[in-house]
Amino acid sequence: MRNLWIFISKYNAFFFFIIFFTCSLILFVKNNSFQRASFINSSNHVIGQAYETMSYVKRYLRLADVNDSLALENARLRNQLKSSFYNDSIEEKTIKDTLLNQQYSFVVAEVVNNSIHHKDNTITINRGKRHGIEKSMGVICPSGVVGIVLNVSDNYATVQSLLHSDTRISASIKENHAFGSLMWGDENYDPRIAILKDIPNHIEVRRGQHVVTTGFSTRFPTGLPIGRVTRTGVKGGESFLNIEVQLSTDFSTLQYVYVIKNVLATEKEQLEAIQPAK
Amino acid sequence: MIRILISNLIRFAVLVFIQVFLLKNIGYYNLATPFLYILFILLLPFETPNFLLFILSFFLGLTVDAFYDTLGINAAACSVLALVRIIFINLTVQRQGLETEPEPKLGIMGFRWFFFYATILTVFHHLTIFFLETFSFSDIKYTLIRIVLSSVFTVFLILLSEFIFFRKKER
Repeated sequence: MRNLWIFISKYNAFFFFIIFFTCSLILFVKNNSFQRASFINSSNHVIGQAYETMSYVKRYLRLADVNDSLALENARLRNQLKSSFYNDSIEEKTIKDTLLNQQYSFVVAEVVNNSIHHKDNTITINRGKRHGIEKSMGVICPSGVVGIVLNVSDNYATVQSLLHSDTRISASIKENHAFGSLMWGDENYDPRIAILKDIPNHIEVRRGQHVVTTGFSTRFPTGLPIGRVTRTGVKGGESFLNIEVQLSTDFSTLQYVYVIKNVLATEKEQLEAIQPAK
Repeated sequence: MIRILISNLIRFAVLVFIQVFLLKNIGYYNLATPFLYILFILLLPFETPNFLLFILSFFLGLTVDAFYDTLGINAAACSVLALVRIIFINLTVQRQGLETEPEPKLGIMGFRWFFFYATILTVFHHLTIFFLETFSFSDIKYTLIRIVLSSVFTVFLILLSEFIFFRKKER
């Protein structure tokens, strides 16, 4: 104790200094608002820095959870996107007419899958059974014929495009009503050209004449445009003309198509299916 | 003894008066602000007890603070000043040969000693004042310039007043 007292009295100046300096600092911090504020602020700053560093480290540990939640949120947002909604509204135009009985009605559909470079090309559209689409209905677009419905699911349908080696469409030449069948894929894989066959030799076919649908099948109404004649000629010794038709439909940019419903199709088919009694 | 007491009291009053009514309004663009009042602590007798020295410094600082509305800054600076004064005197002055003249004055201690004495004490005092006033190291260059210029100003005023009283005393 005595040694301590000697020590303190030997260095009394220092201890006095500590006492008085502390007193004045206390006065100073307590009575000057700016210094008080900045003192507290600086301590807050230090604490805030520490917290920030900690949270920076913690962020890495939480990355997996954050990623999961972000992915979930992305999925949820994607579900809200307009493009992921199935457009359920059926635009079906039926004309109520008392003078003329409605035979054909059209269902608009969007092309969701398309190909033109294969031997057998098909198109998928976003209309199906729920919208009244049935097998072997005709499909057209504003500029011309597209194809025939091949298979139908609840919400989708595949269309056997005109650019399919099995497709046969009954077509006629508008100017002289000569009819034949339009086909594609026989030594010709140009998506802009189809061949009109089965038109007899004696019919005069010229370039530029219009090729339209006939009403013979139940699929298409009469007179829908198909294309124009670009070349005609007889192929080695046959009795039928071989007519090249430039298709008016641009299959590579197909977006919206119409599916044709023929109200009277069943009646016609039933009638035609009756075998003559023998 | 009484003469010393009275002369110090008068000095105290005069220096505080000059400081708060004259020098407070003098300054060079807030860069150089003189604090002449520390001359009171500088001129206290060598034999002043440490405790009394600290009490006087603290009280002087508080008085000036009261006028400057900066409670604590000058008191703290004067505490620093008192400590530095004790250390400086302990290092440079032999107590034995000072019986005749008890006060650290220019005329007694010589210009060189007094100049260093005043400069070092002033710089420490101003360091404390300005750093407490700014209370941050963010603009340290500006603060240092203020400290240097103010120190030059204060030392100049201290030497000037010492020369004035030095002559008076010689008469």
